[in-house]
Amino acid sequence: MTEHLLNVENLTVEFKSSGSTMKAVNGVNLQLNKKETLGIVGESGSGKSVTATALMRLIPSPPGKITDGHIYFNGRDLLQLSEKDMRNVRGNDMSMIFQDPITSLNPVLTVGNQIVEVIRAHEKISKKDAATKAVEMLKMVGIPEPEKRLKMYPHEFSGGMRQRVMIAIALACNPKLLIADEPTTALDVTVQAQILDLMKKLQQEHDTAIIMITHDLGVVWELCDKVNVMYAGRTVESTTTRQLYDNALHPYTWGLLESQITMGTQEQERLPAIPGSPPDLTMPHSGCHFASRCPLATEICHHTAPELVEVQSNHFVACHLQSKEQIVERKEGIFNAAK
Amino acid sequence: MGSFILKRLINLVPTLLVVGIIVFIITRMIPGDPASVMLGPQASVEDVENLRAELGLDKSLPAQFVSYIADLAQLNLGYSYSYSESVFGLIAERFPNTVILALAALFIAVVIGIPAGIFAARKQNTIVDYVVMLVSLVGVSMPIFWLGIMLVLFFSVNLGWLPATGMGSMDDGLWAFIKHLILPACALATIPMATFARITRSSMLEVISQDYIKTARSKGIKEYLVIGKHAFKNALTPILTVLGMQISNLLGGAVLTETIFSWPGMGRLIVDAIDKRDFVVVQGTVIFIAFIFVLVNLIVDVLYKVVNPKVNLDSDGGKK
Amino acid sequence: MVQAIVNDTKKKNTLLRKLLKNKLASIGLVIVAIMAIVAIFAPWIATHPPDEMTVGKSFLAWNTEGHLLGTDNYGRDLFSRLVYGTRISMIVGIAAVLFGAVFGTLLGLVAGYFGGRLDAVIMRTMDGLFAFPFILLAITLMTVLGQGLVNVIVAIGIANIPGFARLVRGQVLSVKEEEFVEVTHSLGATHRRIIFSHILPNCLAPLIVYGTMSTAGAIISEAALSFLGLGVQPPTASWGSILKDGKDFLVLNPQMATFSGVCILVTVLGINLLGDGLRDALDPKMKV
Repeated sequence: MTEHLLNVENLTVEFKSSGSTMKAVNGVNLQLNKKETLGIVGESGSGKSVTATALMRLIPSPPGKITDGHIYFNGRDLLQLSEKDMRNVRGNDMSMIFQDPITSLNPVLTVGNQIVEVIRAHEKISKKDAATKAVEMLKMVGIPEPEKRLKMYPHEFSGGMRQRVMIAIALACNPKLLIADEPTTALDVTVQAQILDLMKKLQQEHDTAIIMITHDLGVVWELCDKVNVMYAGRTVESTTTRQLYDNALHPYTWGLLESQITMGTQEQERLPAIPGSPPDLTMPHSGCHFASRCPLATEICHHTAPELVEVQSNHFVACHLQSKEQIVERKEGIFNAAK
Repeated sequence: MGSFILKRLINLVPTLLVVGIIVFIITRMIPGDPASVMLGPQASVEDVENLRAELGLDKSLPAQFVSYIADLAQLNLGYSYSYSESVFGLIAERFPNTVILALAALFIAVVIGIPAGIFAARKQNTIVDYVVMLVSLVGVSMPIFWLGIMLVLFFSVNLGWLPATGMGSMDDGLWAFIKHLILPACALATIPMATFARITRSSMLEVISQDYIKTARSKGIKEYLVIGKHAFKNALTPILTVLGMQISNLLGGAVLTETIFSWPGMGRLIVDAIDKRDFVVVQGTVIFIAFIFVLVNLIVDVLYKVVNPKVNLDSDGGKK
Repeated sequence: MVQAIVNDTKKKNTLLRKLLKNKLASIGLVIVAIMAIVAIFAPWIATHPPDEMTVGKSFLAWNTEGHLLGTDNYGRDLFSRLVYGTRISMIVGIAAVLFGAVFGTLLGLVAGYFGGRLDAVIMRTMDGLFAFPFILLAITLMTVLGQGLVNVIVAIGIANIPGFARLVRGQVLSVKEEEFVEVTHSLGATHRRIIFSHILPNCLAPLIVYGTMSTAGAIISEAALSFLGLGVQPPTASWGSILKDGKDFLVLNPQMATFSGVCILVTVLGINLLGDGLRDALDPKMKV
C-alpha cells in the first residue's frame, strides 16, 4: 500500500465548558493522497470545521482538546510533534484559508507585511527578496498592480480580493496540503466561481492536495475527488465524488442532495431543509445521532449506533440500511403503511 | 497627516476659549473682594484699591473678560504678588519637574501595566489572571495620597531606604535624582498602571478570539509575534483611549503626590497658592494644565492614526 | 399597572441574582452594605462622641482606656471618628453623584435630543470642563466656594456633570436612531413624553453602572479635598481630614494615617467591585 500524504485515524476532539464535555469530533478517519482533493461536507455544527482546525493543531485550548487519534502527515504523526516542530509545519507544509476573508486578515498590518511574514517564518530570506516573492504571489493569485497593492491595508481590498490574498499567503511556501474552510461562503456568487477556478488552477500548477470544507455539494462536484460526509462529529458516509453522486446511501446524504436540488446550487446560506436540528453533543447518546431526523429510522436506529462499514469497494456508510435494496424496501414499507 | 494636525489645532480654539471662560466664571465666583482676601485683613484700604486696579477688578465684567482673554492669547497669565514673579515664570520653573514626575509614572504604568494585562489575557481564568485582576482592582481603588504616605512610612521611616521628600539634583549624580523620584512616581503610577492592566486584558481577550489571530497562528509564526505583533497592535486603540484619559489623571494626581512628597512642581504650586490665597496663580496654573491636557489629547488623536489605518482623518471626530 | 410592577420586581430579582452569582460583586455588595449600615447607625456604633477632646489623652495606643484604635492628637477617639467619617463619605459619594447625574443627564438629554446649536453649545462647554483633571476642577471650585460639606458636594457634583452629559447624549443619539421613537413622535407624543417615557429608560442601565463607578471617584475626591484642607470644616470627622492629621504624626501614631486610608480603600474597592458586577450584568459592552 502506498503511503498517504495525510492519514487521520480515530481523530477525537472534545470541548469542555462548565462541567459538560462535548465531543465535537468523534473518531474520524481520513485519507488523502498527493494532488487529491477531499471534500468534507456537513451542516454547521457537524464538526467539519473543528476537524480542519484540529489537523492544523489550532484548536483553542482550553476549552478544546484533541483527546484521541493520530494525524499522520508525510509519515509523521503531527500529534506527537513539539509545538516548535508543529510551527514549522503550519504555513509551510500545510496551510489554511478561512471562511471570512474580511475578518481573517489583520486590519492593522499591510497585505505585504502579512505575506512577507509567512515567507520569512519558513525560509531564510532577506526582507527585500521576500517582498519580491510576495509580489509574485499576488500576481499569481490574479491581483492587478501587485507592487502597489503590497503597501495597502486589507480594508482597501474587496472581499474577493482579500480571499485571493489569503490564498497567496497560504500558498506562499508552496505547501503540500491546503485546507480551505468554506472559502467561498462569504463571497458573492460570481466571485465564488472565480475563487474556485483559481484554486483549481493553482492546484494543478503546484500539485497541492486540498481539503475542502463546505456545506455546498456544488463545490464538491466541481472540485473534489472524494467526499467525507459528517454528521454530529462522525463520518456517516465516505466515498468518491462520482460514487456519491450516483449512489449515495446514507439518508443524511440524501437530505443534503435533495436540499441541493430544491434550493439550487446557488444557495449560499446554511444548508437545509432537512427537518429538525443537529443533536446536543454534550448529552450521552446511544443509537444513531441522525435517527431523530431520519425518515427511514427503525427501532434499532434509536438504541444501537451503526458502525462505519465498507459496503462496496471504497464506499463507507454508517447506517443500518447498507444497500440500495434495503433502503428501497424500507421506503416502500413506509409508503404502504401510509396508504 | 499635516493637514489633519492643522485641522485639529484649529478645532482646539473653541475648546480653549471655553476653558478660559470657565476659569473666568469660577474666579469671579469668589465671595467678597479677591483683592482684600489676597492681601489679608491687615491691608490698608489704599493697598486694596491699588491691587483692585492692578487686577482690573475696578472695570466692568465684560471689560474684565476682554482684557483677560487678550492676556491669555499672549500667554500672559498675570503677576503674583505673593511670589513677586510673573505666573508664567513660576510655571516655567516648576512645570518641567511635574513633567519629569508624570513621565516617570507613565513609564512605570506602561511598562508594568500593559505586560501584566497581556499576561493575564493569555492566562485567562488561571490563578495568574485572578491575581493580576485583583491587584489591579485594588490599584484603581487606591487613594494615592494615602498610598504615598504609606510608602513614606514603610520605605523612608521604617526601612530608611529612600528619601521621604524633595527632589534630587542631577548635580549629585543620577542615583540621587532617581532615589527621590521612585516613591512619588510609584504612587502616581498606581492608578494608570492598574487601569492599563485592566483595559489591556479586556481588549486583548477580545482580539485574541478574532479570526486573524487564527490566521496568524496558521502561518506558523512564533507565538510572541502572534501576541506582540498581530494581537497587541489591534488591542492598542482602546489602550490609547485610556492613555488620553490617564494623562488627566496624572496631572490631577500630581497635585496630591507633589504635596505629600514636597515635589517642587505645578501641583505643589497650586496648593501653596491656595494657602496664600493667591488666586492669580491658581487661575493661571489651572488654565495652563487644562491647555496642556488638551494638547496632549491632540497628540493621542494623532497616535490613533498611526496605530489604526482605518481611522478616517477627514472626519473631525477622529476617535469614534 | 400591576403587571408592570410584577415585571419590574422580576427584573430586579434577576439583576440581584446575577450579581450574587458573581463572587466579586457579592463581596462588593457586602462591603457597601456594611458601610451603609455603619453610616446610618454611627451614633450607636461609635464608642465616643467623635469631637470629644480629652486633654492629656492624646496619641493613646490601640485598645487602651476603652479606645479601640487609640486617640488622635487632640485625644479624640479614632474609632469613633472613623465611624462618623463613613457618614461624610457616604453622603458626599451619593449626593455629589446625584448632583452630577441630575444636571448631566438633563444636559445630555437636551443636547442629544434637540441637537443643532444647543447641542454644540452644551457639548463644547462639557469638553471645556473635561479639559480639567477631575480633582483639579474640584480643588479650584473649593478654593472659590470655601470649606464645608455642601460646598464639597457641589464642587464634586459639578466635576461629575460632563461625564454624565456625554454618556447620556451618546445613549440618546443611539436610541433616537431606533424606529419606535420616530413612530411615537409621528403619533403626536410630546417631546417631554418621548424623553421621559422612551429615551430615559433606555439610558438607565449605563447610568446605573456609571453612577456606581462615579460614587467611588467622588468618595476618593472628598477624601483628597479634606486631605488638602479644602474639604469639610474641622472638627468634622472625615477620612481625608483624619489622614491629613495622621500624616503629621506618622511616627507617634501611625494608626491614624493607616486606618483612615484603609477605610477609603476598602469602601472604594467595594463600590468598584459592585460596579464591575453591575456592568457585567447590565451592560457588558461598556468598557472599564
